[in-house]
Amino acid sequence: MRYRPDTMIAPPPPPPIANRLTQADLHDARRRLLDMHFHARAGHLGGNLSCIDALMVAHHEFLGADDRFVLSKGHSAGALYVTLASLGHIAHEELASFHQDNTRLGGHPPPHGIAHIKFATGSLGHGLSLAAGLALAARLQNNPRRIICLTSDGEWQEGSTWEAAIFAAHQRLHNLTILVDHNGLQGFGTTHDVASMNPLADKLRGFDIEFRNADGHSLDSLRTALAPGTDRPVLASLRTTKGHGVPGLAGTLQSHYLPLTPAQHAAAIAELGMLP
Amino acid sequence: MRDALCAELVARAADPSLVFLTGDLGFMALEPLQTALGPRFINCGVAEQNMVSVAAALASEGLQTWTYTIAPFCYARAFEQIRNDICLHNLPVKLLANGGGYGYGVMGPTHHALEDYGVLLTLPGMHVLVPAFTQDIAATIARAAITAAPTYIRLGRGELPKGQTAPAYAPWRCLLPGYQGAAITTGPIAGVVWDEFLTLDPANRPSLWLVSELPITANPPPGALIAALAANPALLVIEEHVSHGGLGAMICAYLVHNAIPIARYQHLFARGYPTGTYGSQNFLRDHAGLSRVDMHAAVRAIGGGI
Repeated sequence: MRYRPDTMIAPPPPPPIANRLTQADLHDARRRLLDMHFHARAGHLGGNLSCIDALMVAHHEFLGADDRFVLSKGHSAGALYVTLASLGHIAHEELASFHQDNTRLGGHPPPHGIAHIKFATGSLGHGLSLAAGLALAARLQNNPRRIICLTSDGEWQEGSTWEAAIFAAHQRLHNLTILVDHNGLQGFGTTHDVASMNPLADKLRGFDIEFRNADGHSLDSLRTALAPGTDRPVLASLRTTKGHGVPGLAGTLQSHYLPLTPAQHAAAIAELGMLP
Repeated sequence: MRDALCAELVARAADPSLVFLTGDLGFMALEPLQTALGPRFINCGVAEQNMVSVAAALASEGLQTWTYTIAPFCYARAFEQIRNDICLHNLPVKLLANGGGYGYGVMGPTHHALEDYGVLLTLPGMHVLVPAFTQDIAATIARAAITAAPTYIRLGRGELPKGQTAPAYAPWRCLLPGYQGAAITTGPIAGVVWDEFLTLDPANRPSLWLVSELPITANPPPGALIAALAANPALLVIEEHVSHGGLGAMICAYLVHNAIPIARYQHLFARGYPTGTYGSQNFLRDHAGLSRVDMHAAVRAIGGGI
């Protein structure tokens, strides 16, 4: 007898949004992220700034205590640490240890020691499989928990990510939401110039998943993107800007690796101060 | 060993935590397990990297997770997933790997696993089980099931010599007595060594030891083996694996660390594909330094023979 994956558990009803964020909350997180990276002289800032809004909305408004999150784009660990600090899971004071010797907060999420980080990531192409496994485990254990996974857009050049997408779609893992931080830039060029899959949406629509497009820097758009799905995985492509909010750095390749200069840091903080 | 493996896991299928993932292998072998497990038997398709990461996640949620594919598609294809997703998190995934060594014979080198346990034992917390005989499977599966660490199970085809009875499973077993030092082997080739050593008088052969759990640091040699080496410091190691990182290297490091002297040492290991041609497992062994002639020569070199 052959067993086809099915939807043995009815999808949970959309939970009420209990902890609604304000734009000020997002600004505060962004300010903390800028300060943390600047003082640590850490790079990889651009991809952190492109996804921190999504991380904040996912964690504050959608993920419950028993839900799971996998940061497949592990180089955005800073944005995750700041988000967890905003929830009280990491002390704000500890953020000062980011990227320093003897820290728990390395450049990529650690395997142990932080309760809300389940997996060490950083090598791209692992997180979606891990998230799919968590979603499958929830189904097998009859648990209605939800799993959200954030991938980068360059990460879809990894074959293992496509293995995971095939698996998640075939298994109809309706409790899985996949976010793509579609900022269009990778380590050494644009995703279009390096190994184009643009428009990525057209490739992903071929899977039996629910596809959504969203503005990755808009509260309302992110809320729509993150709403639970129905009977299949949800994939939300988030239009974002690498280095978002840093004058002169936003949308540039430099934002991938280079740390902030004092002038860039000051300009970014000043711009945040002017925003509503 | 595959049928025994299937039967053993079917017997455990009532455990609701048991989940079995296959990389599209098991045709005409694992169907009873598929029926017994129902939705807990998952064919992940030809996608071993994904399968291993999914397994890590399942294990992280407390499920007893087994993966199954042929050995090279496990340790080589999915090495980073084993390293990052299983071992960094010390998750007790059980990696079933069929066809260790030259097990897939004429299918060719892409299907062989000559470096598997050497490579995997570089990873933190990894345990390796190498059953030698079909009769070892029940104990091997029982051991893997309760091991709270990543475990790789190197399977093959049992080659018990005619007329012999497989000794009850133990991490170390003495297969034959002998008085010319000691010989140590692992996996199904033990049956061939055993069969060949039976042609030698005990006075002129080393005692023959079989180890089935690695690394040696977690499963040190028994006192009787160390005593045999103290009485006659001659050692022969035979393995269907490359030299680098293999059983010979592990044994030698153990002996040096423990100040146990060896005067004469021989190591028979898989030397790849010297002929450049394909053939059965036995053909490949014979031409890669693991023939019965090689075994006799090695015994003579450490002081025995005839």
